[in-house]
Amino acid sequence: MGNPFQAISKKDFDYGAAQHLLNRAGFGGTPAQVRALVELGLDRAVDYLVDFEGERVSNEGIDFKSDILREQTPEERETLRRARVMNDTETIARIERERQERQNADRAQIGAMKRWWLARMIETGRPLQEKLTLFWHGHFATGYRTIENSWHMLRQNGMLRSNCAGNFADLARGIISDPAMLKYLDNDENRKSSPNENLARELMELFTLGEGNGYTERDIKEGARALTGRTFRGNDYFFDKAQFDPGAKQILRRAGNFTGDDFVSIILEQPECSRFIAFKLYRFFVSDAPVISRDGSETIERLAKSLRENRYELRPALKALFRSQHFYARDNRQSIIKSPAQLIVQTVRSLGTPVRSVDRLVEAGDLMGQELFQPPSVKGWVGGRSWINTATVFTRQNTTVFLITGRTNRGPTGGTNEPYDAMHLVEHLRDSAGVLDARECVRSVASFMLGAEPGPARIAELERYLESIGGSPNPTINNERLQALLCLITAMPEYQLC
Amino acid sequence: MHDPAFTRRLFLQRGCALASLAATVPCFIERSALGMLGDPLLSSNPGVPDERILVIIQLGGGNDGLNTVVPFGSDDYFRARPQIGIRGPGAAPQNGQPAALALDGARGLGLHPNLTGFKELYDEGLLSIIQGVGYPNPNRSHFTSMDIWQTGRLDAKGSGWIGRYFDNTCNGTPKPEAAIAIGRNAPLALEGDVQKPVAFENASLFRWNGQDLHGSLKEPYDTLNRTGAGGFASDAADTQKAFLMRTALDAQVSSDRIRAAVAKPPLVPYPGHGLANQLKMIGAMIRDGMPTRVYYASMGGFDTHGGQLGPHANLMRQLSESVLAFQRDLKEQRNDARVTTMVFSEFGRRVKQNASGGTDHGTAAPMFFIGPAVKPGVWGNHPSLTDLDQGDLKFGVDFRSVYASVLEDWMKSPSEKILRGKFMNPGLFKAMS
Repeated sequence: MGNPFQAISKKDFDYGAAQHLLNRAGFGGTPAQVRALVELGLDRAVDYLVDFEGERVSNEGIDFKSDILREQTPEERETLRRARVMNDTETIARIERERQERQNADRAQIGAMKRWWLARMIETGRPLQEKLTLFWHGHFATGYRTIENSWHMLRQNGMLRSNCAGNFADLARGIISDPAMLKYLDNDENRKSSPNENLARELMELFTLGEGNGYTERDIKEGARALTGRTFRGNDYFFDKAQFDPGAKQILRRAGNFTGDDFVSIILEQPECSRFIAFKLYRFFVSDAPVISRDGSETIERLAKSLRENRYELRPALKALFRSQHFYARDNRQSIIKSPAQLIVQTVRSLGTPVRSVDRLVEAGDLMGQELFQPPSVKGWVGGRSWINTATVFTRQNTTVFLITGRTNRGPTGGTNEPYDAMHLVEHLRDSAGVLDARECVRSVASFMLGAEPGPARIAELERYLESIGGSPNPTINNERLQALLCLITAMPEYQLC
Repeated sequence: MHDPAFTRRLFLQRGCALASLAATVPCFIERSALGMLGDPLLSSNPGVPDERILVIIQLGGGNDGLNTVVPFGSDDYFRARPQIGIRGPGAAPQNGQPAALALDGARGLGLHPNLTGFKELYDEGLLSIIQGVGYPNPNRSHFTSMDIWQTGRLDAKGSGWIGRYFDNTCNGTPKPEAAIAIGRNAPLALEGDVQKPVAFENASLFRWNGQDLHGSLKEPYDTLNRTGAGGFASDAADTQKAFLMRTALDAQVSSDRIRAAVAKPPLVPYPGHGLANQLKMIGAMIRDGMPTRVYYASMGGFDTHGGQLGPHANLMRQLSESVLAFQRDLKEQRNDARVTTMVFSEFGRRVKQNASGGTDHGTAAPMFFIGPAVKPGVWGNHPSLTDLDQGDLKFGVDFRSVYASVLEDWMKSPSEKILRGKFMNPGLFKAMS
């Protein structure tokens, strides 16, 4: 019985394998980028993607305001108090209006942040960094609508990004000191005199151990006491000592006067934690199929072991995973349903289409069920089949039509007519006389876009289109015809897989 | 059916079989097991699908409940609303505003003068009004209060209440078109963890735009998307690919079906405004026998902070005309018995009018239920106009109790798990067999 976690042999790292790696550890790439990865060879290709620090990030340094929702100054509070006493409705109304304006400005800012992040995914030279940040955002899910503070969301996003491939312990400690999360799960109301169990419960159930994995209701109650006093002031974490319960606690069969950090340390000692994180990584990077195969379970177990042996360092585990036989197994190729972000970003990055309108793309992501900074609940995005229904199928197909042609249901260019030269995808297929064979183009482009050559019946349908426009079995390929072909391929159900 | 002895007998007869199935077997098998047992719980009008339908109409912005169901019998009402109060039935027009429609004279209650359609439905025994619906510690933010109503949770967090209903009725793979919202975005209420709502603004958008690029694309597109899982016989396993093939096929079929359905002229005329168009589409889909259990329509503009008389009257007219046309359509289709319509808003408005002839965000407000299945009449007490909470009405009925009745009595589902708690079921529906 082979070990599915063992690395594939170097010679097996061919074009298909490299493309699979680039899709899963990133958002795909052009044929030239895939070939470059093959040139690097397995080990260096994996290192290149995982040790991303040296690569550029293009759209850093956008100015967002940290003080839109600042707290009232003492003077403002005094003005309001006096207005109330004097029943000065005009002043009260003015203050209410100003508050409303600040809130509106903050909602506009979260909109800008969504665009900023999506653009960053599209442009970054460190695709795995954004992919992991998105993974952790879904894992430590926090929603803007509940906390209504865009700066806190951005701050959390930065914390997740800077630790995304680092150590899971830092992420877990970071999240219990994160203003957005503390607010989202009501820990700002977790006080010695009236503990609030929300964060303690989700910390174990959703962030570290998994539902029902080796903890009890009592552990939640005691854990909540350890988390008392962890709150925030303005934009920063604040430990409110007066609200902290310093008494003796019993958590997961350990006794002591534990703090929140101790609570996290105790959780990390549980092997269940490494298994749960390995399981979540596996679902995100390897397979989202409803049933996990035997090799899959074995891989999760070995991935968990790697996390434990490396004291929760993520990079060694990720590198081993991205080299493993199971990761490249036939059943795991083209098998995950693309998230909306993956669909959008991968289409741009692999076909080299214009971005056209980040605003539109953000909106399309919302319609497809993935609103950045707004996961549907603390459980994050369920992913897999929940992305797909009879309406999102059309939104997905029409989003790729928009990227390729600029066309929307509002008309041919829907406000953007940036030219897109798709011919770069087939230039290398020209024969010595510079002529393109239409059938070869269909095969090549479909294989590239779908990750494998589709069956003969599918290819025949694509060829049928070419024949019908050109009136001959081998019509001339031009940009317009090629774009239409790309639209047709992106509308195939297979295109929703990566 | 509400006969407890009967229910108990039923349980004894088949309790064991169902309990053992429920935990493990996918829902379609469970359903066929029910089918084999010949479930008398499901009605059996020949030719009429059994499944009951809930239509939700959301009034966005906070509808002014006090000017919708008008407590004209109270002097406090006119004291609080000297300019915008609506006079009792028979009174002369005031501030250009006609008098209220008679509803329940004994209790001093009337309907907004433009709710003539509601009045007709009321007189026919098809309208139920539940007064003073709200929740503890009312939140006056549109955003949050709407999320509270849609999640059915006071912390406004998590999935939607209807979404949880679907998640609970069938685990695993979502059902296509179980819930359809007319609009750009699907409301949170329909959002489950697994079950995701279908939303579209109008049926013509529910199609692939690529076919407009070139006439010869349509055929290969159709073949590529209509093959279904059957075209992949080797993919017999339940892979993600097979699932995508099936859903792509479903999408093509429902796109054709929905577009064909709404292209047919309705059986009764509808007015031309927004809500009416939405209900017209919903009516067409019901007529077509779509498997959809919950439809969601919405209407905005209820945030009437200033000069509200004219705009609010307009909204009332649109609401009333649309709902009346919809109900007539359903009756004409002979589908009325299996449809109940629910109307709600995220909150009502302040008792006292403000200085601009409008009203500010408030709390409790009436809800409406329409259809032959509802117990007609005015239910619950009108909240006191003097015993207020910061100038706002105190609620008498928790909206989650109302949901409990909808879930238990209409959707035939236990409510406790969905609502995360036991809420007293006020019994809004007639006992039916």
